Amino acid sequence: MVRAEGRATPENKNGNENEYIAEFRDVTFVYNKGVTYETKAVDSVNLKIRRGLITGIIGATGSGKSTLIQMLNGLIKPDSGEVLIDSENILSKDVKLKKIRFKVGLVMQYPEYQLFDETVESDIAFGPRNMGLSEEEIKRRVESGARFAGLDFSLLKKSPFDLSGGQKRRAAIAGVMAMEPELLVLDEPAAGLDPAARREILGKIRDYRKERGTSVVMVSHSMEDMARYCDRIVVMNQGRVCMDDTPPKVFGSSEELFSAGLDVPGITKVAYELQKLGIDIGRDIYTVKYAADMLCEKYGLKASAENF
Amino acid sequence: MNFDIAFGQYCEGNSILHRLDPRAKIISALIFIVDIFIAKSVWAFLLLTVFSLMTAAASRIKARVILKGLRPIIFIMVFTGIVNIFWFKGERLLVDFWFIHIYLEGIINALLIMLRVILLLMGTSVILTYTTTPLSLTDGLEQLLSPLSKIKVPVHEFSLMMTIALRFIPTLVEETTKIMNAQKARGADFSEGSLVKRAKALVPILVPLFASAIRRADELAVAMECRCYRGGVGKTKMNVLKASLSDAACVLVFILLGVAVVLINKFASGFRIGI
Amino acid sequence: MSNTNKANEAYEKNEKNEITESKKAGGADIIKAENISFTYDGGGSEEKVEALKNISFSVKEGSFTAILGRNGSGKSTLAKLLCMVLTPDGGRLTVDGVDVTSDETTEEDIYEARKNVGMVFQNPDNQIVATIVEEDVAFGPENLGIEPAVIRRRVDEALDIVGMRKYARHSASRLSGGQKQRVAIAGTIAMRRRCIIFDESTAMLDPIGRREVMDSIVRLNRDEGITVIMITHYMDEASLADRVIVMDGGEIVMDGAPSEIFVRAEELWQCGLDVPQTTELLWRMRKAGLDVPLDAFGERECAEAIEKALEKAAKI
Repeated sequence: MVRAEGRATPENKNGNENEYIAEFRDVTFVYNKGVTYETKAVDSVNLKIRRGLITGIIGATGSGKSTLIQMLNGLIKPDSGEVLIDSENILSKDVKLKKIRFKVGLVMQYPEYQLFDETVESDIAFGPRNMGLSEEEIKRRVESGARFAGLDFSLLKKSPFDLSGGQKRRAAIAGVMAMEPELLVLDEPAAGLDPAARREILGKIRDYRKERGTSVVMVSHSMEDMARYCDRIVVMNQGRVCMDDTPPKVFGSSEELFSAGLDVPGITKVAYELQKLGIDIGRDIYTVKYAADMLCEKYGLKASAENF
Repeated sequence: MNFDIAFGQYCEGNSILHRLDPRAKIISALIFIVDIFIAKSVWAFLLLTVFSLMTAAASRIKARVILKGLRPIIFIMVFTGIVNIFWFKGERLLVDFWFIHIYLEGIINALLIMLRVILLLMGTSVILTYTTTPLSLTDGLEQLLSPLSKIKVPVHEFSLMMTIALRFIPTLVEETTKIMNAQKARGADFSEGSLVKRAKALVPILVPLFASAIRRADELAVAMECRCYRGGVGKTKMNVLKASLSDAACVLVFILLGVAVVLINKFASGFRIGI
Repeated sequence: MSNTNKANEAYEKNEKNEITESKKAGGADIIKAENISFTYDGGGSEEKVEALKNISFSVKEGSFTAILGRNGSGKSTLAKLLCMVLTPDGGRLTVDGVDVTSDETTEEDIYEARKNVGMVFQNPDNQIVATIVEEDVAFGPENLGIEPAVIRRRVDEALDIVGMRKYARHSASRLSGGQKQRVAIAGTIAMRRRCIIFDESTAMLDPIGRREVMDSIVRLNRDEGITVIMITHYMDEASLADRVIVMDGGEIVMDGAPSEIFVRAEELWQCGLDVPQTTELLWRMRKAGLDVPLDAFGERECAEAIEKALEKAAKI
């Protein structure tokens, strides 16, 4: 059977101990505590994030996904429960949060607004410098960060304020990639970009994972992007995790997605319609190329290998 | 962060005080301040206290809220009180120890001074800030000061600046939190090290914050131009302030209160405040 | 949110297309651009950037035009020219009968044109002036010097149209992104403008906010007859328009009805744009030798087209 593009098989060579990079144990977080309209942003969440994979978190606005990912590096502290990074509870007193933040690199929404330094180069170096690395090592990391984020080296000497919108986004992502975290967390990395820039940024994140083996957690509103770039999908609904599975399983169960206030990718809907017409290529269709390949295989046509 | 300057200290409500014209309230509050400062006799203070409590009751704002509002001035109150106890020289000596002389009059005087501070804060906050949104305060001020624009004082511009500032403070507060979190995620530390080091640590927050504020200002200026803004000339207002009989009555009450205070000062016997 | 909703939208869209088609026939040009160009002269050290090169097009009153293009294609510069924030370097641009490029045009003329042509920007936070929703909606009409009672009525009407009446006394900073944009839209409606330009007004919104704003935009055009020019890079939004202009490198590269544009999948990809997933599937099937049309946008239409083609090819 043909599988969709770029989907690496899970690499869990390290055995069970090390299978998970992060874990939430019964985590709850309440907003506006004590006020009449207090809301549970995150409600007794148990979740394990697999090492070496790209995990996508989807959910309607207010489903708690942004709160959840900000707990991964201790920016938000849960009211109850444990957050484990590498089997270590980051909330315990003898853990230095600063160390955790080097291990878990977080790229916030619209990260270009955090750029501040005189040159792009020194801005990217901000994180590595805070880690107390040597100048040589910082230089190496700035270059590798810029390369991974797809930032042209000629831009490094420029002021970050002179870059275009897409370049600023890359510079900001490079600044976190340069910290070489074990877990890279991104909140809507492609928000507001045009389709070409979207594809490129998400492609760069995939390449980064492939080359460095970094685990990635990514939040997005775009079902199509998530279907295309993630190995696992976590669905959140009103502060709870309601699904945690592979993309075909998640997008194959449309009823659950609809009840979480979400949609399935357009191509999945075409697969449903085809099924109704008696052309059954399954309901677990989530990328266009995969759908076309399945149709071609079924009816003996020669599929086009082109990719966009 | 649940912070909203749009309403400042404003408490939602529909009492008589809430409904009064902001201009009437601004004038009344000013008169009230004068009333407090001309009060000398202890009986005048009694009258002002009773009056303040009545206004507070009329505003229907919870006593808890008003008391909470007094908390920030406790220190100043206690401090001026203590200073007054030691400095004031009266007739009835209570404590005479080494260089400390405390007189009964000193204690009463200190209490009156503290009462004056409480009345000032309570009166103005009940009349103005608790019952008027900052926006209608700005509006009231603009209209009260509008005669000044005849002598080229930029009253309209000043009031627009206030409005925009009120509008953007919550946005910028939110943005500051966001930028701080983003830099923390890159290992920035704002709580450790020497003063110089901490001041330096603010650069990664202040630069993006200023950059963003300038960008916002720029975009807002274009947006305002697109919405046909061209200064205060020829501009109308949707909500025109209309002074009613009750507004005039309110101002009159505060004037009469002042008259009463003056009369009491003149004719009543008893203790008089020293400062 | 659901399948049926989407389907309804599609039906409504078809109906709307017919209505606007008839409107188009009688409509006069509200915007007319002849060979306009614009260059940013980056301030000394920076090299000059030619953002627009000899662009010509016109927009009929009452129409709904989407302008598509990647970042840097010149579409936002075009928007700034159309709402008269910038003036073209060359060519002739007429907005609401006022020749913006003519030397004889005064500030006052531009101000008159601006009364009828407004703009809703990308960042919802940076275009709301007042703290309270209704006060912000009133800002435009107040600038025009309209009677207080009339402003009151218009503000209420405008808030009704965008479905924000119940938030009239709310603080604007507490609203969601989609709600803020609807307030901004109400602010331009209350000025009784005949043409509204949307400069990527949905780019910063989540899917729910986008849907709210798109619903409002469609209603403005269909029910109020307001001319809409919408700059976007979302294909699904452009498909709601009755005309799509595609820009790349400062030039207009395509101009036509959505159904004519979306079938040109390869050209769109070259312009850094996407096509709907259904179109991509049909395109792939066509590459594989199946004779399918490319213009079946709806999911059901797409599935039916594939079924028909497979039948014809005697595969089923």
